[in-house]
Amino acid sequence: MSWASIENRYHDDKVYDACGLFGFIDTTGLRQGGERIIAAVTNMRERGNGLGAGFAAYGIYPDFAEHYAFHVMCRDEQTRVELDGYLRKHFAVVHDEPIPHRHVQGIIDPPVVWRYFLFPQSAQMVGRSEEDYIVHQVMTINSQMEGAFVFSSGKNMGIFKGVGHPEQIAEFYNIQDYQAYLWTGHTRFPTNTPGWWGGAHPFGLLDWSVVHNGEISSYGVNRRYLEMHGYLCTMRTDTEVFAYAADLVMRRHALPAEIAAAVFASPLWDELEHMPEEKRRVYRALRQTYGPLLMNGPFAIIIARGGEMIGLGDRIRLRPLVAGIKGDTLYVSSELSAMYVAEPGLEYTWMPQGGQAIIGRLGQSLKLTLEPGLHATHVEKELSYA
Amino acid sequence: MPDPVTIQAATSTSGLLQGEITEIGAAQGTVEIKAQGLHYRELNSRLRDLVQQGVEKVVLHGVMGQRYLGTNLQKQVRVTINGVPGNDLGAFMDGPFIEVLGSAQDGCGNTMNSGTIVIHGSAGDIVGYSMRGGRIFVRDNVGYRVGIHMKEYESVRPIIVIGGTAQHFLGEYMSGGVLIVLASQLGPDECHPTRYVGAGMHGGVIYMRGQIDTTYLGKEVGQASLTAEDEWLLQRHVREYAQYFRADAERLLQGPFVKLVPLTKRPYGRLYAY
Repeated sequence: MSWASIENRYHDDKVYDACGLFGFIDTTGLRQGGERIIAAVTNMRERGNGLGAGFAAYGIYPDFAEHYAFHVMCRDEQTRVELDGYLRKHFAVVHDEPIPHRHVQGIIDPPVVWRYFLFPQSAQMVGRSEEDYIVHQVMTINSQMEGAFVFSSGKNMGIFKGVGHPEQIAEFYNIQDYQAYLWTGHTRFPTNTPGWWGGAHPFGLLDWSVVHNGEISSYGVNRRYLEMHGYLCTMRTDTEVFAYAADLVMRRHALPAEIAAAVFASPLWDELEHMPEEKRRVYRALRQTYGPLLMNGPFAIIIARGGEMIGLGDRIRLRPLVAGIKGDTLYVSSELSAMYVAEPGLEYTWMPQGGQAIIGRLGQSLKLTLEPGLHATHVEKELSYA
Repeated sequence: MPDPVTIQAATSTSGLLQGEITEIGAAQGTVEIKAQGLHYRELNSRLRDLVQQGVEKVVLHGVMGQRYLGTNLQKQVRVTINGVPGNDLGAFMDGPFIEVLGSAQDGCGNTMNSGTIVIHGSAGDIVGYSMRGGRIFVRDNVGYRVGIHMKEYESVRPIIVIGGTAQHFLGEYMSGGVLIVLASQLGPDECHPTRYVGAGMHGGVIYMRGQIDTTYLGKEVGQASLTAEDEWLLQRHVREYAQYFRADAERLLQGPFVKLVPLTKRPYGRLYAY
């Protein structure tokens, strides 16, 4: 039996609506439980249809902070045993256990979910960097081992996802019990690809995670370019190219998020024409170098990695993204109401321009980077949002 | 007229961290609803029931993302919303006066027919999407594609007044109606950040107070000078804006205003003709 026939219980392959995404980072590094992210994502119920939901949490495994935490899903126990053998052959496994989960009404036929804390030994890496070795192994497992997927592979972070509504997936994985300083969450309304466990968001590789609303029309071009750099697309959905593109541009090529945003959502050509000469040369060089990584089509995404959260929308904002600040915490969301559910005391809210990255970093104070005139709405005290 | 009632959800769908409303003042003839945790279908059907029973004023508390509020009421009732109404506030609305004490999300006034929406904050993308009649007043800023494909017919003319400024593609594919942008928070030297204003526009009119960046003006619009009729229209709607938000109408009316109108009624008429 194929994954799709098990997981897509409605057997529909094309429906239309929108996904919902939410993320926040406490830039002081203070960790908190999953209650707020669950409440925020659940509040955007209309944006999803129960065919996928998930969460990414950073800072949750302090006891294994130096080891890669592999979250894996397997079609059955036999596949899991095979994967177990493979992992022990290619890594030093420090600890492994089932990902704690429970029976939830409405969650049908969940796969076997397991987690491994491991590290590669130098003899195994044969000339690769540690991270490149992890990428290589994740790609190998996901593309060659039938019925087994590594869906989270970072240090001191974890992705939890599956087919269901966000509150169901949260209950399935006991999301409220994890303590994280950076949370992202997603509720899915699959449009062009099936709703299956591996296709739920967030998508991850190393400590990258991506939640996405929209459609990457340039998927074919992006995918071919990423394949040339060793990234294999196996999740049967467009979003995963974002996770791999983030890894290529921001880790391997070490570009900062501000520049990466100009790669994924480059200013339009006529905007380039009107830039000052020096700036234009930089942006033109980026388009020449990274043309195949331009993400065309409507999207809003939140990319996260250890210590950093990036909200980004397409250049002409065909999908919504709003931002807010309370104290040292930055919020990014598909809907304003969800931000108030997570934080009724928001101090500022605003609508970032399309293509403008909203970035929160651990240990850095939050600066409002706004276009002139688009002042953030300073939330008035007399208004009741509660 | 029924007695004032308080409707409360039995269970909250999003449970956690929601503020509690402790006092519900039930004024005469007014019904107050705790909207917390109510699904939009339930909330809208309660609203409709109440309005059909003859209630003329409804105050909603703790609204948090419920969609389509104010749709299908078909009466000139007054609805006050505390909180953040969800997408498509007042969609297909026909008659009511809605006041939001806070900001609105996307699609506010979608295909609205008549009535008034007043927002004491900002509103998101596509405010007044395909709007056919009625008026929307937004105190602060609005998102992308506001007024997209607004239309008008004879004397039925939708109006949107924005106190702050707008993001890109304002009045995109606009085919009728009036957009007024007041730049109340822009300094004298600041330009509207709005690009591609009136792209594909083929009807209606846009007035923008202050300076606009003509580099990125939509290709289908041109600037025109203000007539006495324009002045009268601005007077009327800016004064009403000032009344809702206690703004300085005289300052805003000093302008100067840029008037943008479409160059042709059929910008793409020859696109596929060769």
